[in-house]
Amino acid sequence: MNIHKIATHLNQLQDETETGFDFDCTPIDGDIDVLQVEILGREEIPIFLSISDNQILCIAYLWGEDEVKTELKANMMEAMLEMNIPMPLSAFAKVEDKYVVFGALSINSTLDDIELEIVTLSDNSLEVISEMDTYLK
Amino acid sequence: MSIFKKIITAVRGGAREAGEAIVDANSTRIFEQEIRDSEKHITIAKRDLTEVMAKQMQAARELAQLQTSIKEHEGYALQALEKGNEALAIEVAEKIGELEANATDQQQANESYLKSADRLKELIKKSERQLTDYKRQLSMVKTTESVQKATSAITDNFTASNSKLLNAKDSLERIKQKQAMFDDKLKAAEQLEAENDDSSLKAKLQEAGIGAQQSSAQSILDRLKAK
Repeated sequence: MNIHKIATHLNQLQDETETGFDFDCTPIDGDIDVLQVEILGREEIPIFLSISDNQILCIAYLWGEDEVKTELKANMMEAMLEMNIPMPLSAFAKVEDKYVVFGALSINSTLDDIELEIVTLSDNSLEVISEMDTYLK
Repeated sequence: MSIFKKIITAVRGGAREAGEAIVDANSTRIFEQEIRDSEKHITIAKRDLTEVMAKQMQAARELAQLQTSIKEHEGYALQALEKGNEALAIEVAEKIGELEANATDQQQANESYLKSADRLKELIKKSERQLTDYKRQLSMVKTTESVQKATSAITDNFTASNSKLLNAKDSLERIKQKQAMFDDKLKAAEQLEAENDDSSLKAKLQEAGIGAQQSSAQSILDRLKAK
């Protein structure tokens, strides 16, 4: 599995999609290959996909440390921990100063699995921002 | 220091600068070499185990043969005594002594092979557990590094394209607006569709002479003539 195969698959889905979304994928240059996946209508919160030796990682950036109401930070983190298991396919994490939701898939996942992961991650991220907005500035 | 601690320290601390690795590339290579070595050791240990188990089975077989032979000779000795042939009985007894000595040797060999096999099995299990752990730790290091590299690629990309990640609430607001606009469009299209249906019904009714009729040129002329 490589990001170009995933990009080609998602870009050509159109009416064949089983999730009902349209995708726009752009590879990003860097030390390792990263694929930026935009879901049409949700361009503001793209999904970033990268592939390492044994897994495929999909990450959606939620908010930065600077967006969190400082006095509510502990409550926010507790809410995140409590939501972590119920949230399907995704988990919370922090990358540098950004809070993220991510999903890790086996390198042997099918393209359909990857599509479902991306869509679920996108749904989760919108829901999380909407539900957690009391903790945000 | 455990890999877990190293990662936490590195992520919290100074290793945030691009290119600085959690565990330097050389240590990662050494670690990968260790994994390959462990795998080799396990393969060798498994081969040794097969050999030891084969030898143990051989020893067990020989021991069984010797024990059968001892029983046989004991029978011969008794028969010689019954026949009063003491000299022959002593000769047989000597043979039994030899066989018993051999049996003791085989017994000892058998036990020692069994012990070796057990020890090797334990060793293989321990090495396999160690190997799984090495692989897990290496995967942690590699994943952390890969996320760091991906993050720096993403950040660079945003900087290069002069765009930046929006604030979470604004992003959600925009997406919701787009969704609302899309829903409105869909609704408008549906309404339009419904109206079209409505007008086509009117046309059908008119054709059937039901409801308000459009005045034709002939009917207008008739009306004027009637005045």
